[in-house]
Amino acid sequence: MKKSPNFILCALVLIWASNSWAQDAGVIEAAKKEAKVVWYTSLAIGSSTALAHFFMKKYPGIEVIVNRNGSQRVLQMVMQEATAGIKNVDVIHTSDAGHFVLLKGKGLLLQYAPKAAEIFPAGFKDRDGFYYGMRATLSVIAYNPKIVADKDAPKTWKDLLNGKWSGKEVTAHPGYSGIIMTHVLALVKQVGWEYFQDLAKNKLHIVQSANDPAGVVASGERPVGVNGAEYFYYKTLKQGNPIKIVYPKEGVPLVVSPTAISAAAPHPNAAKLFTEFILSKESQQVLADKEGLYTGHPEVTYPKDKPMLKDLKLLAVDADELDKRNAEIKKRFTELFGA
Amino acid sequence: MSVPGTTAVDRIREPRGVGLRGVDPTLPVWIGAAAFVIFLILLPLGSIFVTSLYNETGLTLRNYLDVFIEKAYIKAIWNTLIISFWVGIIAVLIGSLLGWLLTRTDLPFKKSIRALVMASFVTPPFLGAFAWTLLAGPNAGLLNHWYRSLTGAETPLFNIFTMEGLIFVMAIYSFPYVFSMIANVCDLISSDLEDAANILGANKWKIALTITLPLTAPALLGGFIVAFLHSLSLFGAPAILGLPAGIHTITTQIWAFFQYPPRLDLAAAFSVPLLLATIGLIALQKKMLGRKGYSTVGGKGGQKRLLRLGMLRYPVLLLVLGILSLSVFLPYWILLKAALSKAWALPLTWDNFTWKNFAFAFFEYGDTQAAILNTFKLGILTATVGTLVATLLAYITNRQLLRGSRYLTFFIMAPLVIPGIVLAVGLFIAYTHPPIVLYGTIWILFVAYLTKEMPIGFSQTESTFKSIHPELEDATRIIGANRLRALKDVTVPLARSGLIAAWSFIFIGVIRELSASILLFTPKSKVVSVVIFDLKEEGQIGAIAVLGILLLAVSFLIILAVQWIVGRDVFVARN
Repeated sequence: MKKSPNFILCALVLIWASNSWAQDAGVIEAAKKEAKVVWYTSLAIGSSTALAHFFMKKYPGIEVIVNRNGSQRVLQMVMQEATAGIKNVDVIHTSDAGHFVLLKGKGLLLQYAPKAAEIFPAGFKDRDGFYYGMRATLSVIAYNPKIVADKDAPKTWKDLLNGKWSGKEVTAHPGYSGIIMTHVLALVKQVGWEYFQDLAKNKLHIVQSANDPAGVVASGERPVGVNGAEYFYYKTLKQGNPIKIVYPKEGVPLVVSPTAISAAAPHPNAAKLFTEFILSKESQQVLADKEGLYTGHPEVTYPKDKPMLKDLKLLAVDADELDKRNAEIKKRFTELFGA
Repeated sequence: MSVPGTTAVDRIREPRGVGLRGVDPTLPVWIGAAAFVIFLILLPLGSIFVTSLYNETGLTLRNYLDVFIEKAYIKAIWNTLIISFWVGIIAVLIGSLLGWLLTRTDLPFKKSIRALVMASFVTPPFLGAFAWTLLAGPNAGLLNHWYRSLTGAETPLFNIFTMEGLIFVMAIYSFPYVFSMIANVCDLISSDLEDAANILGANKWKIALTITLPLTAPALLGGFIVAFLHSLSLFGAPAILGLPAGIHTITTQIWAFFQYPPRLDLAAAFSVPLLLATIGLIALQKKMLGRKGYSTVGGKGGQKRLLRLGMLRYPVLLLVLGILSLSVFLPYWILLKAALSKAWALPLTWDNFTWKNFAFAFFEYGDTQAAILNTFKLGILTATVGTLVATLLAYITNRQLLRGSRYLTFFIMAPLVIPGIVLAVGLFIAYTHPPIVLYGTIWILFVAYLTKEMPIGFSQTESTFKSIHPELEDATRIIGANRLRALKDVTVPLARSGLIAAWSFIFIGVIRELSASILLFTPKSKVVSVVIFDLKEEGQIGAIAVLGILLLAVSFLIILAVQWIVGRDVFVARN
């Protein structure tokens, strides 16, 4: 019986595996009974709709209700519903990590350990197991090469302050977008509020979503985007629009966007299944290939024409600090830019 | 759109109160309807008032203080006043010019022009504002683009993201209100006075300025106030055109108070002055119109002769079409173009053509189907219940069934002066907590729409009933029917076309409503206007255009259907 320890191990692994398989089957079964999962998400409409359809194809009979809105609006909705005792949302996803500190603190999240997340690096996992980074987004500079020659184009955050861009720049709003909230905090920590004070002198066009600048730059309404979601710029570019993306060497704000299950989820099993699904390698690879996103999944590969994250200087911010300074950032930004 | 007062004839005909007739078995219905409408108004307004006076520490004036020392908030109020003032002025200029031209001159194609005015009236201002961002954005806007390529100029012709741009867009969607007031008055002025002036040697332009204008002065002032109030209450247009340029108005500021962490106390404190201001203005309007009266205007005696425009006939027509192209042709054209093209700013060639926006808006994007369903459910429900309640109420006030029905009119008409967003603040506070929790369902929207549309439904049914003599009803009652039965079997069939008009007015009002919906929707209870606003914030231009076209198409279908059923134009003015 020399081989017995190995054999026992094998048997244990088998039992564990079949057990977890049974568990999975149980979750799928229960999820199918619930037949529905309600997703409040800040992922761009096209991308979140695509992901939902991908899920529905894989698990027929379970409908994904997508409610896409800006991160801050998603939080507003979640909080308003929680206050009024309305149980509607199952899965919450925003690009403001601070929201999840807040929601966790208020006991509004379900503790859940998706198996798919085991392989993710520490930066993508809440240490208490309430939320997980579903995607990583960069906030970058972009310009319209039909209007701005490459040699004149801004290369750094500081270049955007140049008076020659007055009336030619567009910004998204931290009061709407979690990406921009993170962007502002990252740059405030790097160069201080004076940077935004100077930037405001260029009379920026203010849009709400971090995805909106892409359209504004592409149409030429404002040829320079001073921030915005890199994946959306990339997607717009891939559709044949005149856009060039700049990854400033001073550092690029990295936004890790968490996903979590609501503690009061009316469809908890479907929520768990959906969470496993969006964190699975399969989905994460789709996010990278089709949506131009970065992810925390270490095995995912990226399109050749996108820089590798390790080649960029990344500016990360702490979720707790995002939570604490949320109101301050919204207020100061609004004071500086007027709305 | 002021309350038509009861005429002296009606008062003489109808005995006051119910006491004279003994106990009316249908009395509970009338009292119920009256109590319902009073509750509908008092609960939200009371909630706002109470909330504005409380914070965590208890009863306080602190909220008012907070609101009125903060520079940004004062700025929002100031912006709103300036914008609304100019909107009022421009709307009066356009509205009265068109109203006069269409009723007192021999301008050609009057019917079509009326239809176009109707189209401007039906177009939701937020949709017009959106269309104008594509037309007159300073750099990519098509009009500016053409201007630059024609003249070689560097600067844009017109930047829509400015105060002026905002005023312009709000004015071209406010003037139909002035138009209908002026057109109605001009219709009634007899030509006697004008003839007298003519005999005394005044030329026709002098007559227009010295006789017609002063006669319509009260209506002009009334029109100014209505346009001012309309612009005060708009949310979508300032959010779409003002916020990108850093311009807040009262309504966008109230909306901002709802963002997390929500400041309902400040929103309430901010709403109260707006409410007082609008009530003050309406009181002023009533006083002005009431005192001057229409002693020379009323009556059908005199003849009405049309002023000959002569050589100016076609230049004036061009001018009119030019004005209407700003509110109808250009915006509709750009919406259609955006809906059908891959890139809206490029010419609509075969390469640029696509059905994808329609496919995305209707089938892929999950929100829209539910929202379209909600919108039409709410439209039909509100229009039906609203017409029913308005009928009962108009019957009460018209036949003076209850003591104090004059005061009832005040409650019914009150929502006219309550900006939608203020009403929504009140409803939000009132219906998110027990005993009545409506938030999270479409019922809170139903209550909001019902309240908001009540004045329109009521004034429509009121004026219809006024034209129906009570004799027939009396006859029915003498042979034994009770009041409800008489109403159902005799009066309502006679009032059919008026009621259908009321129904469609309410329906169209509901499907374009944004300013109250924006605070009251939850993801489960979205409506089309809110989806459009959400899509705007993410810059989904094609999908917005598609949904906008849907709203417009449905509105026009309803109007055509009503005109077909009723057999005449019940909307813009009485012919």
